[in-house]
Order: sequence, then structure tokens, then C-alpha cells
Amino acid sequence: MMALAAVAALVATVFLALIRAYLGPTVYDRVVAVNAIGTMTVLLIAAVGFLMGRPEFLDIALVYALINFIGTIAVLRYIKRRRARDAEEAESAEGAEGAP
Amino acid sequence: MDPQAQGPRAIDIYVDILLLVLLVAAALVVVTLRNLLAAALVLGIYSLIMAALWVVLDAVDVAFTEAAVGAGVTTVFMLLAIAATGRHEKIAHRRPWLPILASLAVGGLMIFGTLDLPAFGDPQAPAQQHVAPHYLEQGEAETGVPNIVTAVLASYRGFDTLGEVTVIFTAGIGVLLMLGVASRRRRAGESDDDDTGDRS
Repeated sequence: MMALAAVAALVATVFLALIRAYLGPTVYDRVVAVNAIGTMTVLLIAAVGFLMGRPEFLDIALVYALINFIGTIAVLRYIKRRRARDAEEAESAEGAEGAP
Repeated sequence: MDPQAQGPRAIDIYVDILLLVLLVAAALVVVTLRNLLAAALVLGIYSLIMAALWVVLDAVDVAFTEAAVGAGVTTVFMLLAIAATGRHEKIAHRRPWLPILASLAVGGLMIFGTLDLPAFGDPQAPAQQHVAPHYLEQGEAETGVPNIVTAVLASYRGFDTLGEVTVIFTAGIGVLLMLGVASRRRRAGESDDDDTGDRS
């Protein structure tokens, strides 16, 4: 029962983060939501592996953590580059609004 | 409702249902978001939830592929595509009834098709009766690979996998050639980034 409660709590957290990803006014809210959901997935896999008596799932959880990290970095790099380009365009266009 | 009394399968089913609900929620969020950058990010979330579902279903290798390709590479491709085009979806003013009806009809047909499928995990299903028992019993002795999925993919269906790898390799070479040509032309032209379909 305890273990099921843990899984249910993780899924509820994923749901909350999903709401943040839907509402979240800025891109950074959404990036953090995606990263949090990735972390929840890692924890969920670890918890499910413990529940089902498969401790080797922990290795999979570790690889997920790595993929999650790389994905977040890739998205943030893209956003940074686009910010720089937008700023350049705004400078040359005089008064065009930047990214929200 | 004590999961200990019902065995581990009961927990599996609860987790499956919770994850499937999340999956549907993520899909609805992707469809309703107008900001394409956010939609691409939520699509990554969808893939992560899907990967967790694969792990719960004990298909670990599929889960790895889903996490690496679905959440990782596809998100990056989507972001590159958005960078090359635009960030916001155009709002369609007329309702596309015919496509909606067509997708509902195809979806309904597929659900109708699943009614004839054997129950999930049914040991009497034809798929479990054909070559699977042989693989499970003789697999390790015949191939020396402890993981049966790897044994089937890399040994029993080795030629099949070789063909798939050849197709993917060829596609990769093609894409790399196209991207390389495009970027070289842009560098030679020294122009800004309007790089779509301008063949001079």
C-alpha cells in the first residue's frame, strides 16, 4: 500500500508539472516542467523497479537521468541562440518587440 | 483493496491506468497549445511518460529507444524546424470536418479491430504458441545471449536487423548530404537565413 501511495504521489506530481507546462507563461516555466517530469519519470522507474522486485531498473533510471539532462541542455542552448538572434533583429529593426 | 493480496499484477494495472491518463492529458495539451515551442516541449513530456509506460510493461529496450529518440532527438528536430519556420501556429478559421470524420472513423475501426485480439498476456494466444517457446527455451543455449529480446533481434532476426540498419544508414547519409549542401550554399552566399527552397 505504501509503495502504491509513492507511485500515486509521483504521478500526481507529474500531473501538476504538466499543468505548469500548459499554463506556464514563459518558456523557462515549461523547460523546468519538462525537466521535473523527466526527474519524476526517473523516480517512477526506480519505484516501480522496487515494487516489482527488479533492482536492475535502477540502471535504466540512471540512463534516463542522463538523457533528461542532455535534452534540457539542448533546449536551453536553442533558446539562448534564438534570444541572441531576436535581440539582433530588434536592434536592426528599431523597436520591434523581443521574445516574450 | 490490498495490493499485497492481489499480487504484483494489481499494482501494475493501477500504474498502467495512471500513466495512460497522464498520456492522454499530455496529448490533449499538445493539441491545444498554440505556441509551437511549448508544444514541442510537451511532446517531449509525452515521450517520457510513454517511456515510463514501456518500462512498466517490461519492454525496457523499447523504453530506451522511446526516451532517446522520442524525448531527445525528436525534440531537437522539432526545435530546429521551428527555428527555420515560425513559432506560432496559424489559427484555422474553418472547421475541417472531413479530416475529423476520417480520423474518427479510422480510430473507431482500429478499436473495433482490437476486440478480436486475445487478452493481454494470454498464454494461449497464437503469438505465444508459434516460435516464442522455442526462443525462450533454447535461446540462451543457441545464441549465448542472456537477454531474449536482444537474442531475437541480433541473432534470430540478424539479417532483418542488418537490412533495417542499412536503410537507416542510407537515410542518414542522404539527410547529411542535403544539410551539408544547404549550409555550404548559405555560407558561400553570405546572406541572412532565408534558406527555404531558393534554388538559384
